[in-house]
Amino acid sequence: MLNLMLKEDLINRLKTIVSPYAQNKEALDSIHEETDFINDLKINSANLVDVILDVEEAFDIVIDNDAMEKMLTVKASMEVIEAKLSEK
Amino acid sequence: MDNRVVITGLGVVAPNGVGLEAFESALRAGRSGIRFDRELEELKFSCQISGKPQLGEPDIAPYFSTLELRNFNSKGIMYGVMAGMDSWKDAGLPLSEKDEPSWDYGMVFGSGTSGIDRFREAIYDIDALNVRRLGSTVVLQTMNSGVSAYLSGKLGLGNQVITNSSACSTGTESLLMAYERIRSGKASVVLSGATSDSGPYIWGGFDAMKVCTYKYNQEPEHGSRPMSSNASGFVPGSGAGALVVESLDHALARGARIYAEVLGGHVNSGGQRGKGSMTAPNPVAVQRCIREALHHAGVSADEVDLINGHLTATAMDALEIRNWVEALDRCGTDFPLINTLKGMTGHCLTAAGSIECVASVLQLYSNFVFPNVNCEEPHPEILNLIDSEKIPRETLNRQSRILIKASFGFGDINACVVLKKYAEPDA
Repeated sequence: MLNLMLKEDLINRLKTIVSPYAQNKEALDSIHEETDFINDLKINSANLVDVILDVEEAFDIVIDNDAMEKMLTVKASMEVIEAKLSEK
Repeated sequence: MDNRVVITGLGVVAPNGVGLEAFESALRAGRSGIRFDRELEELKFSCQISGKPQLGEPDIAPYFSTLELRNFNSKGIMYGVMAGMDSWKDAGLPLSEKDEPSWDYGMVFGSGTSGIDRFREAIYDIDALNVRRLGSTVVLQTMNSGVSAYLSGKLGLGNQVITNSSACSTGTESLLMAYERIRSGKASVVLSGATSDSGPYIWGGFDAMKVCTYKYNQEPEHGSRPMSSNASGFVPGSGAGALVVESLDHALARGARIYAEVLGGHVNSGGQRGKGSMTAPNPVAVQRCIREALHHAGVSADEVDLINGHLTATAMDALEIRNWVEALDRCGTDFPLINTLKGMTGHCLTAAGSIECVASVLQLYSNFVFPNVNCEEPHPEILNLIDSEKIPRETLNRQSRILIKASFGFGDINACVVLKKYAEPDA
């Protein structure tokens, strides 16, 4: 139960972060784990680096180039964030 | 047969007026946009006055998306987008909402140094080993063609989209490049314009060259004094001007309002030979540019009613008048009326030609001649060449038929355009 709440919380924080870049607002409203940043949210690929910078700032973590390349969906981003947080 | 070319839309973001209405009213009133600049004072500039368009967040917001305004710090792009979008709307042209761009509509929008404040932020980040923190917007805001890239995307242009750059002749050159493209039938509409960033990092180099005045820090509005006996250097300015240039056929077919006709013009260089140098114009080239412009436009020197000069308020002003006198072979009371905008705006550098072309077109269209402010006493060398009456100090309500406008730039380059009041064809 606790895990589920954390997951919801994480998705909501991600939603706030990607919101300025998402051009498909309907997909943003119904954001879930499987949501793809480019295909579903229609985020301009150039803005993916901005999303990652905003994530770094929000969670006070540093995301390396390898991890960055994986962050194309909500689920992948959550995994990266959780991994980086556990390293702290 | 070559297309006839007309101007059907205007936009302006100038130190003494943002938007056409405010700008025209400032022109008629001789209103100055030069103010004391605290930032220049704090940075110990010799010249602590400047011309900057007065803009607040609510003025800017309608032109950009919220996303575009995140980490946005390029005043040149800001001014250029505002002037460009305004001119497009003024021309009654649509924004392309379709999936397809407008293939016959293009752009020549000039810029000099672009996005210098964003560039400065980026340099600090890079030197602090934070290149990865730059984000996605540095390139777009600092590339010289950034202004064209932002504007053409908003308008959906599908013809040539280019940024020209030729120092202080950029704006006038952009109008002539647009004219050529339409005349030759390669486009039916070309948005012409130019923009210039403001601030210490743009102006510092000029301050160091001692070409800006330092004598009027306590009376900013009197600082820019082109053609005056006590002119002592230019006042740095900034902003953007935009003109929608269109084939006459295309304009008539869609029932557009026509501001003026572009009859032709010329661009050349003095090659930094003879009396020309990196910073001084070769008079032979300037005179040749003016003569060639008239020749190309099919206009004789006697037909010129009004000159809008470059006239920046440096020691070069008298030389410029001599060049006009020689090129037109007219002097004294035979000389046309002449004016310069720079007394009100300062020298808007890259954007000067475009802002001044907007001012020129407004004079033709609305039948007035704006005053040369701060020129109570013209320089004696100038009065040896032309009659004092030819330098209006008050607004004249007078119709001009032919106006000639020139801009000159560092690198010994010149641009000169001939405009004609448009007369409706006889029904």
